[in-house]
Amino acid sequence: MDAAAERITTAPRRPVRRGVLSLSVIAAIVVIWEGAKAIFSIPTFMLPHVHEIFGEFVRRGGRGELYAGIMAHNAAYTAWEAIIGFVLGGVAGLVLAVSFAYSRLLERGLLPYVIASQTVPILAIAPMIVIWLGTSWVSKAVIAAYLTFFPVTINMLRGFKSVDHDALALMRSLAATARQAFFKLQFPAALPYLFTALRISATASVIGAIIGELPVGSRYGMGVVIINAAQYYNWRPANLWAAILVSASIGIGFYHAVAAVERRVVRWRPVGTEDRWPG
Amino acid sequence: MAGLNGPIIDVQGVGKVFGRGAGVTHALEGVSLAIQPREFVAIIGPSGCGKSTLLRIVGDLVEPSGGAVRVKGKTPHQARLDRDYGIVFQTPVLYEWRTVLRNVELPLEVMGRPRSEWQGRAQGMLQLVGLGAFQHHYPWQLSGGMQQRVAIARALVFNPSILLMDEPFGALDELTRERLNLELLTIWSQTSATVLFITHSISEAVFLSSRVMVMSPRPGRIERTVTIDLPRPRTAQTRATARFFELVTLVREGLREDPAVAAGRDAVAEDA
Repeated sequence: MDAAAERITTAPRRPVRRGVLSLSVIAAIVVIWEGAKAIFSIPTFMLPHVHEIFGEFVRRGGRGELYAGIMAHNAAYTAWEAIIGFVLGGVAGLVLAVSFAYSRLLERGLLPYVIASQTVPILAIAPMIVIWLGTSWVSKAVIAAYLTFFPVTINMLRGFKSVDHDALALMRSLAATARQAFFKLQFPAALPYLFTALRISATASVIGAIIGELPVGSRYGMGVVIINAAQYYNWRPANLWAAILVSASIGIGFYHAVAAVERRVVRWRPVGTEDRWPG
Repeated sequence: MAGLNGPIIDVQGVGKVFGRGAGVTHALEGVSLAIQPREFVAIIGPSGCGKSTLLRIVGDLVEPSGGAVRVKGKTPHQARLDRDYGIVFQTPVLYEWRTVLRNVELPLEVMGRPRSEWQGRAQGMLQLVGLGAFQHHYPWQLSGGMQQRVAIARALVFNPSILLMDEPFGALDELTRERLNLELLTIWSQTSATVLFITHSISEAVFLSSRVMVMSPRPGRIERTVTIDLPRPRTAQTRATARFFELVTLVREGLREDPAVAAGRDAVAEDA
């Protein structure tokens, strides 16, 4: 077996090393956090103690329920909206990318508006979508999809266009149908681009869902938790920090879920070799 | 089938113009050639002389601006639809998400051949190119020479009657190239394919082919045809014979000389 093949067999040891690394980074952040707070005597309303933030989870709410439970319930609600939005946006983004790849007319006509859609502040659009679609999870999922589709469209379009000229010529010489060329060449060739987009979209979909929960009328979700925590910030600052921590965790979880699927699907090259890909 | 008694590839006065107005390039002008069935014809010329364009016109990957091409008595378009062409490009163009075996199976898959047939045929071709042990590797795990051998296996797996090779060994080092030249002749002797081979290596062209056509650049046209009468099977020793050197010299002169002089000498070359 050659040296290159051996590199694959060593891959399973990586997760352990990565685990140690991320634990070290977390420990370093805690040290810097608490160190800065002590050295510069930063007051708690600006920067609470780390243990105060985690203490929020074991605190009991007004009706005696554990705050961790309340957070988990709202986090699950937001995650659900984000997943639906992620799927909707992913499919919409793919459909747009495919139609742009096949029709220069559509690309020229619509791509400027696709780009414009992302320059409009989502905070301004979110209340309108909530008014149109109601305060249920549907409007939040649509807002999440609004942020999700764009990276997918742009990256997949680039992926389709990056397909090697001679690889297409090969399909042509074999008298392949357009459908065969798409499924046997263009789509698999663009898959790495799709996953790059999905990793961005995974975090964006959570942001979208949370923004969708901010307008008045929403009852559940991390957006609601954040609004409430912000209102009581002076009284209990650690509460907002805990909400931020949970929101970020959802996004990080999504990101890693996508990366895990990517590792299973894009198996033909070892992860992390994109830069030294032999021509 | 029509045209089986005549040339398998018949190119008459083909021209190709790229661009329009001031930016116009005459890539090919008045190119005519006839290739008989089972011939191995090499086209040699400096870069930019339009030799790749000529191959792509024959393979119906590029439309000619003028002239006529018949392949097995048909238009190149019909020949392509009939899957008469196996093509090997300058780069291997392997699909990186497919294993070596699945890459070689690709043509059979696209042509809708029965699934039961794929593996056996592909494995047979991989044996032929000496890569039977690498069928489950991915392309990135192979060297450049091995990748190009996979490309040859893929081009021949469906028994095309014509093999078009566009500088297939141009990116390889001299040693690998000479070894693959030998292997290609061995593989070719086991098929019934007619080969059109583009190269810019004189010794490669002479070693492989039954005829070498020398092209001049801008506009590309065929200046001289050298018949290669080296006996087959050719071996590593063939490159050391006096006749090999004579033929190499003839081709080199054709590449150096200006069109007028080369035209005068054509008769001499054909007699030899």
